[in-house]
Parts: sequence; C-alpha cells; structure tokens
Amino acid sequence: MKRTTLFIAQLVFTLLVCAFMLVPVLMSLLAGLTRNYFVGVSSGLTLDWLIQVWQSYSPTVWLSLQLAVACAVCVCVIGVPAAYALVRMNNRFSRAFEELMVLPVAMPGLASALALLLTYGQFGEFRSSWLFILVGHVLFTLPFLVRPVMAVMQRQQLPTLEEAAASLGAGPIKRFFSVVVPNCRAGILAGVLMVVTLSLGEFNLTWMLHTPMTKTLPVGLADSYASARLEVASAYTLIFLLMIVPLLIALQAISARLSRGERR
Amino acid sequence: MTGTTIRLQGCRKAFSDGTVAVDDLNLTIEAGETLAILGPSGCGKTTTLRMIAGLERPDVGRIFFTDRDVTRLPIERRDVGMVFQNYALFPNLDVAGNIVYGLKIRGLSPAERNKRCAELLELVGLQDHGKRRIHELSGGQRQRVALARALAPRPRVLLLDEPLAALDAQLRERLRSELDQLLRSLRITSVFVTHDQGEAMALGDRILVMERGRVAQLATPRDIYQQPANAFVASFVGNLNAFPVIEPTAHGLKVSGGELPWKGIPVPKTVYCRPEHLRVMDGAGHVRGRLVGQFFQGAQSRLLVDVGAEQPLLVDSADGVIHATGALIALAIEPHVLFTLHS
Repeated sequence: MKRTTLFIAQLVFTLLVCAFMLVPVLMSLLAGLTRNYFVGVSSGLTLDWLIQVWQSYSPTVWLSLQLAVACAVCVCVIGVPAAYALVRMNNRFSRAFEELMVLPVAMPGLASALALLLTYGQFGEFRSSWLFILVGHVLFTLPFLVRPVMAVMQRQQLPTLEEAAASLGAGPIKRFFSVVVPNCRAGILAGVLMVVTLSLGEFNLTWMLHTPMTKTLPVGLADSYASARLEVASAYTLIFLLMIVPLLIALQAISARLSRGERR
Repeated sequence: MTGTTIRLQGCRKAFSDGTVAVDDLNLTIEAGETLAILGPSGCGKTTTLRMIAGLERPDVGRIFFTDRDVTRLPIERRDVGMVFQNYALFPNLDVAGNIVYGLKIRGLSPAERNKRCAELLELVGLQDHGKRRIHELSGGQRQRVALARALAPRPRVLLLDEPLAALDAQLRERLRSELDQLLRSLRITSVFVTHDQGEAMALGDRILVMERGRVAQLATPRDIYQQPANAFVASFVGNLNAFPVIEPTAHGLKVSGGELPWKGIPVPKTVYCRPEHLRVMDGAGHVRGRLVGQFFQGAQSRLLVDVGAEQPLLVDSADGVIHATGALIALAIEPHVLFTLHS
C-alpha cells in the first residue's frame, strides 16, 4: 500500500507531540539515575540517589499507600450508597447535592484545607494523625467515585432488577448487596482506580494538612525539591512512577475485563 | 394445597401528577384461575398488577389474599412470583443462580436448592442450561428462566407483566401454548397483563378489559367476544363493523348500501357485526358496495368494501376468490349475528 504524503505528515506530527510530552518525563527519570546532572550522563549512571531517597523518604511512600487504600475504602463505603441514593431520588435536592459534592474539586485545595483546619484544627490528637489528611482526601476524591457509579446505575435497569429481587423475597439491604453492588462493579472499579490515583498524587490539600510526622509522597517530593539536590528529587519521581504505573495498568486491565464481561 | 383468592376492594391509585391510573376497582380472582387484564396502554392494567404485587400501594381500598389483608404488605412479604416484561434476570448470576435466588433468601439448604433448581429447569425445558450466563440465552430462553425463577419458591400467586411482548411472533405463539399448559398443570392463581387480545383469549380463564382506569368488562373470552358490554370492548377485542341506521323498513333497517334483516323494537341507532359474519355473495345480498382493498392473510382474505358509510366494511372471506379492485360486491348477513351496544 502506498503511503501518502498526508499520512507521513500526520505521523511526524503525532510523533512530535508525543516527544514533546514524553521527553520531560524521560529527562526527569534520567536525572534521577545520573551521577551529576550538571555534568550530564557522561558523569555515569548510578542507583545511589534512589537508595538515598529510599533511606530518607520511605515512610512517605508507605503513608501514601496507606492513605490511598484507606481513602478508596472510605470513599467506597460512603460513595456507593450515596450514588445509589442520588440515582433513586433524582429530584432537585439530589441534583443540588451532586453539584455540592463537586465543590471541593473546583475549589483550590488550599481553601478546603484551610476550612478543615479552622473547624477541626483544635482537636490536637486528630489534627496530628494521618486520619486528618484522610478526611481531606475523601472529601476531594468522593465525586470521582460517585459520578461513574451513578452513570453505571443509570444505564442499568436497576429498578426492575430490584423489583425482581423484592418479588423473590429480598428486603432492601439484601437487594442492595446482592443486586445493586454486583451490577455496578465496573463503575465502582473505575471509581476506585481514579480515587487511588488522585489520592497518591494529591498535593494541595495534603501540603496544608500534613505535619512533620505525616508527610506523604508528594509532600516529601516538594520537600526534596526545596532542600536536596535535583538528582534526589528526580530519583524520588522515579520511585513514584514505579509505584503508580503498575497499579494503573493492573486496575485498567481489571476494569476493561469487567466492562467487556458486562457488555456481552 | 388450596389456592389463593385475590380480592381488590374499592382500589384507587392516582399518580403524583394527578392522573388517576385506577379508579374504584372491585375485583375477585378465584383460586387457581388465570385472569388476563387487557386494555390499551395507559388504561391502568399495569398499575392494577403492581397493586396486586405490592409494588404500588392503593391510595384508597384494600387488597386481600384469601382472607388476609395484604394492602400494607410490601412485595417481599406477599409471597408472589413475578415475571417482568423484560424478564429482569440478574446479569451477574448464571441461570441456576437466578433460579435459586429466592430459595437462598428463604434459607433452603444447598441440597434442597439444587434439587428444586433441577426440577424447574426440567419444567421449563432447560435441563443443561444451568451454568449458562444470562447474556448467552435467546429471548425465549430468558422468558423461561424468568418463569422458573418466579415459580421456584412456590409462590401463592403468579403475576406476569406482558410476558410474551418482547418475543417475535412465531416464538410468541409457541411459548403461549407452553405457558398455557404450565399454568393449567400448576393450578396456581395467576394474573397477567397484556395488550394483545389473542394472548388474553388464549390464556385467560376470564378477561378483565380495562378502559381509563375502570373495568369495562369482566367475563370469559367467549362472552367478551360474543356479548361485548360496550363499543369500547367490542372494538378492542376483535374487529367490528358498524352500520348507522338511516330508518326502519318493513323487514329491517335501512343502512347505507342496502337493508339489514332486523326485528325488534326500539329501533337502534347503530347495529354491529364481526368481519367474519359478512358473506360475499354471487348474486343479491343485503348490502352492496365497491371493493376498495383486499389483503391476503393466508387462510382468509380481508376485504374492504365501501358502502358509502364513514368507514369501509371489513369482510373476512375464506373462499379464496380474487376480486378485481373496484368491483361491486354483494354481502349477506344472518340476522342473529347482528348486535347492538351500549355506548
């Protein structure tokens, strides 16, 4: 098949755009492995920076993971019933509530964090624990689960399925767990994927809410940019990517398989 | 096991926008009977079924299952089996999973569940389909699974909402007779909603024809067809020819296109007959008109004959003769098949 000039032009354009977006990422990764960034790659490659990052910042990695998992669990527990209620009610109040829920996303993270600090900052124990950051994360990520779950719930013929379950003797709670939840798996999973990703990378809110004892990975990253060598910060980015990319791929694969199964 | 009688007493249901779906409905469905609720869309037939099921609560009136007042009981405590129009099978469970859903809730042991599930799969002729996923089934198979699922917990009452509407014509015919046999062998009190008069006639022991939220007629299929209570029932169940009477004559009634044999006083304004009761004649007939259309329907032909009235007459002719369009047609009619209606 003869390639036209137009095709080649399009290919070159696409590759240029890709390069424009990917080269900074690769540069950053490379910087994390270079002995001396200012001299360049000619100074040799090393894992020293990675080791140094791990030694001083590994608690932030664990805390971020812990926060992300806890946040996903909390958002599921709150968000799935909330989505269900909103879909079931479907009136002016529920639509207003849906808008309200998106507010923490639209608002600068600093502002919502400030509001949390003003309200709960006085409770010392709570203020200094990682649970305080968790509250912020849950607030921020909630709509990212509720929205896709609502979309799936609206698409499914859930009301009829529930009526069918009721006709077979199932009460409201039984119906929720045996009919609603299993038939919204794809939406819940897509939401969880989003929530975990956002929670791991969240900086604005977290930066305001953290204490020296509760530093997450992004906060640590900012810390290292500010106080350590550029190579350290870059190595830190590398660790972050190593952590999140396999996670994203795994979750993406699961949700693709689930939605394929449901479409058939 | 003695069956359950269903009794509706003065039931009324209005929706939030003010439309009255069902108004002052009194109805007794005998134990073991199959009742067909027939009517055009929006006549309240589905609402009636949903009130019996417990999916809607009447604003006024009471519902009894035998002697028990179930008006305030939600569907999950009424012990009814229900087949939904689009079947509403659980897509997350396989066929067997769907069938045993109700049994699990009733706390049957796995062994009992499997036994009952096998029984039902056999009853609906899907013995080796227990492990199939719902999306792998054809429309007819889904319908059978829905039926099996509804029957599995041995409900007191079986309710079916347009059970065959989602199927194509041929399959509908076959499943209709299967459903008929099944309902007769089970002797369970059953109520089904349909807008298809053929289905209602074939399956119902009695038919309840509804019009704008009220009972138009409740009778056996034969009575509904032969002695319709009013013009609405007559036109909804089967086709109808209307002859507006111009004036009485010595031996009958003068109508447009001819004279009909009729005895009786007072003289009606309109008389009616069914299309199959008009016979095409070679020579003279009671009324004459021009053929304006004919439709071959296999065993018979449907002729449209213009006699100068508002609507052309419908004639079902089985003689197989092909007439030229525009030909003059003479029609004869027996006096006893003419009837009158209360408006």
